[in-house]
Amino acid sequence: MSNVLKCEHLRVVFGGLAAVSDFNIQVNENEIVGLIGPNGAGKTTVFNLLTGVYTPTSGVIMLCEKDLAGMSTIARNHEGIARTFQNIRLFKDMSVIDNVMNSFNTRMSYSIAEAMFRLPRYWKEEKKAREKALELLHVFNMEDLANENAGNLPYGSQRRLEIIRALATNPKLLLLDEPAAGMNPAETENLMETIGKIRDQFHIAILLIEHDMSLVMGICENITVLNFGEVIAQGTPQEIQSNPVVIEAYLGKKRD
Amino acid sequence: MKELKLKTPVRYLINTVLIVVLWTLVTLFVAGAGLKGEYYRGILITIGINIILATSLNVVCGYLGQLPLGHAGFMAVGAYAGAIFMKSTPASQLLRAGNNAAVIPYIIIAVLISAVVAGLFGLLIGIPALRLKGDYLAIITLGFGEIIRVVLTNIDSVLGFKFTYGASGLARIPKFTSLNVIYIFTVICLFLIHVFMKSRHGRAVLSIRDNEIAAESVGINTTFYKTTAFVFSAMLAGVAGCLYAGYIGSLYPSTFKFMKSIEILVMVVLGGMGSMLGSVISAIVLTALPEILRSFSDYRMVAYSLALVLMMLFRPKGLMGTYDFSMGNTIENIVNKIRNGRGSKHE
Amino acid sequence: MTFSLLIAQLINGMQTGSVYALVALGYSMVYGIIKLLNFAHGDIIMVGAYMTYYAIASFALPPVLAIILAITVSTLLGVTVEKVAYTPLRSAPRLSLLITAIGVSFLLENGAQLLFGADQKSMDPLITGSVMLGQINVSYVAIVTILVSVVIMILLSFVVNKTKAGKAMRAVSEDMGAAQLMGISLNRTISMTFAIGSALAGIGSVLYLCAYTQASPTMGSMLGIKAFVAAVLGGIGSIPGAMIGGFTIGILEALVAAIGFSMWKDAAVFLVLIIVLLFKPTGFLGKKIQEKV
Repeated sequence: MSNVLKCEHLRVVFGGLAAVSDFNIQVNENEIVGLIGPNGAGKTTVFNLLTGVYTPTSGVIMLCEKDLAGMSTIARNHEGIARTFQNIRLFKDMSVIDNVMNSFNTRMSYSIAEAMFRLPRYWKEEKKAREKALELLHVFNMEDLANENAGNLPYGSQRRLEIIRALATNPKLLLLDEPAAGMNPAETENLMETIGKIRDQFHIAILLIEHDMSLVMGICENITVLNFGEVIAQGTPQEIQSNPVVIEAYLGKKRD
Repeated sequence: MKELKLKTPVRYLINTVLIVVLWTLVTLFVAGAGLKGEYYRGILITIGINIILATSLNVVCGYLGQLPLGHAGFMAVGAYAGAIFMKSTPASQLLRAGNNAAVIPYIIIAVLISAVVAGLFGLLIGIPALRLKGDYLAIITLGFGEIIRVVLTNIDSVLGFKFTYGASGLARIPKFTSLNVIYIFTVICLFLIHVFMKSRHGRAVLSIRDNEIAAESVGINTTFYKTTAFVFSAMLAGVAGCLYAGYIGSLYPSTFKFMKSIEILVMVVLGGMGSMLGSVISAIVLTALPEILRSFSDYRMVAYSLALVLMMLFRPKGLMGTYDFSMGNTIENIVNKIRNGRGSKHE
Repeated sequence: MTFSLLIAQLINGMQTGSVYALVALGYSMVYGIIKLLNFAHGDIIMVGAYMTYYAIASFALPPVLAIILAITVSTLLGVTVEKVAYTPLRSAPRLSLLITAIGVSFLLENGAQLLFGADQKSMDPLITGSVMLGQINVSYVAIVTILVSVVIMILLSFVVNKTKAGKAMRAVSEDMGAAQLMGISLNRTISMTFAIGSALAGIGSVLYLCAYTQASPTMGSMLGIKAFVAAVLGGIGSIPGAMIGGFTIGILEALVAAIGFSMWKDAAVFLVLIIVLLFKPTGFLGKKIQEKV
């Protein structure tokens, strides 16, 4: 099994304070890895380092053996990293299908002039993109909503659309930032199915941040626990659940 | 009941018919107005110029979601470029001889020159300015627009020969902007904006407006698309400037003060940001309104500004919001509604 | 250019710059609190200038009364505009608010044209005479203008930093929602900001009239834009920033005019603004705000 993401000794310092230090992780193809930890542990900071929003102070990020140092968010997406956001960031005033089709932008090739003169390549690529977008929406049972405004969707569907939009960029690694936040147990159940489906149908690596332990323990093969920017435990859900350091980080130290 | 779904060629056909019908109506109206025809022609041409200005600003303002206040600068650059070219051609003599057809190639070249020159300025200004956002972008583009105006006023003293004729004005420009010319170019500009927006490039621009960080995360080259939309908008403003020069016949830098940019912005916002139909309607209304109010001459500008404030207080999202009109969709909806109405009666 | 001429130009520039700085403060405070580029602010100066003119030239009031009248009318006008035109739009898109401000600005300009006529009104200078400082001839107007604005700036810093009302203003501009939860009255604080800003504009209008002795319906628009440029240059939301920005622009204009390029004055101002913004996008003393991902 080849590794998709590999981080070594990742560290970032903001104003003298290390938000993340000595962060190591490996995510393999077809694997779902959870990143958990108390609030403010530095989980989203790790995502921002991976996607190039922040520049690491030191350390290496490798995507399929390729060093990503110095690459912008856009370039990293082209390399194969896609993400969702903790606070949903959809294109609210665009239709659902346009939200998805926008992700195909870099893999379409007709120029501005070809669009303006409506040359054959425009029609061909647009048609193909529309079909592909509908197909993707169909997989997640959203094709009926294709022409709705994304901002008018119910909360759960908005989260799902954000995942579809990320998937549409054809990533090797999908980063999900608290996908279950604000969902009720039934919606969370539904989301777990969706994430499983993504892994099975698209064969990509998934790294997810989540507070909902039933979800994390239910679908992750591997879990990394962060506290105060440092990895305090790594292992399978069973190992993590019984790890005293993790329990202490979440519940506080038992007073003797 | 099967829903009516119009094919693309049918939609194009409907719009073409609509454009021809409107053209016929406008022409008949001016011809039938007798002595007042010349007055109406002037207003209609101004409306056309303002439609191009408003819809082109809407590209950056409504679709890209940035706030530039230097649109008059691009209009000025286009106007001077087109005017200086037209003055170097025999267009004046041809127009005086009534040989209108022979001027057409010159007009096309002039419009293209204006578009290219204004586009170059758009690129030159857009690259640094678009690094800033919001009100900072507004003030920096306002600055560039004012610099363009000051340069147009004073460049002759630096060059040492007559080029823009400064504050005394560039006069005797061939008056090539007829009603037909403005009509055709307005339609072309609207069409170009439409086809640009309904493509992968337009989607990318809209996605930057809705959420720039998310657009980057799905691989949209935000810098490229911001610059592209800015340059595209500047080019169209240049076209409007060129047609303005050909209508008015003499150019003064003081026409292109920042108040001009603000007037155009007002049209866009009143119409509804991101709505092309809104920009068109408000360009028509705001051009015609001061003319209609002419009989109250002293009070008309007060009434105009009062209308502006009241409009914003009662419809802060503008006339049309972000609604965009499509003749094809409207017909589809009406037909489907009628069919469904009948269908439910039969049941 | 001789050294004494240079100093004379610097003093000239500081005089204009003081007026810019006073007006810039109004822009800066309002922008800081409701993120609005208040286009009508420049026109409040125009109204203040007309008040001073009519009080002195038509009603022959003593200057002190005229000044008080100008400041009172400016303040009332500023607060009225805020209450009538801006308060209803507090939750509307920011651009609608901006267009409303532009509309109010148009309204004031055109209203003034209707009421006072389109022509310029000229009056006798309020302060005459000058004093020789070494080799340099300095007018009393310049001295008074610079002194008044510096004193006001110090007073304002005190009000904003030390008084309860000032703390409320800073709290609202930092986080409107949180300030409200802490029991700060939003309406009162915003009105207060407009009142102070407009009063400063009123003082600015008197100082402007002292220097140029002319009032016209459109005098506020370019003055307003320049003052806003000064506010942005110094770092919007910052009181010392507005002062630095105002002086920078005033001195720059004076120097450009002194070397014989007075026609290029406006271009020079905007060019400096552009260069500063490109290297320091929030101005000299502005704070950087980054969007959280």
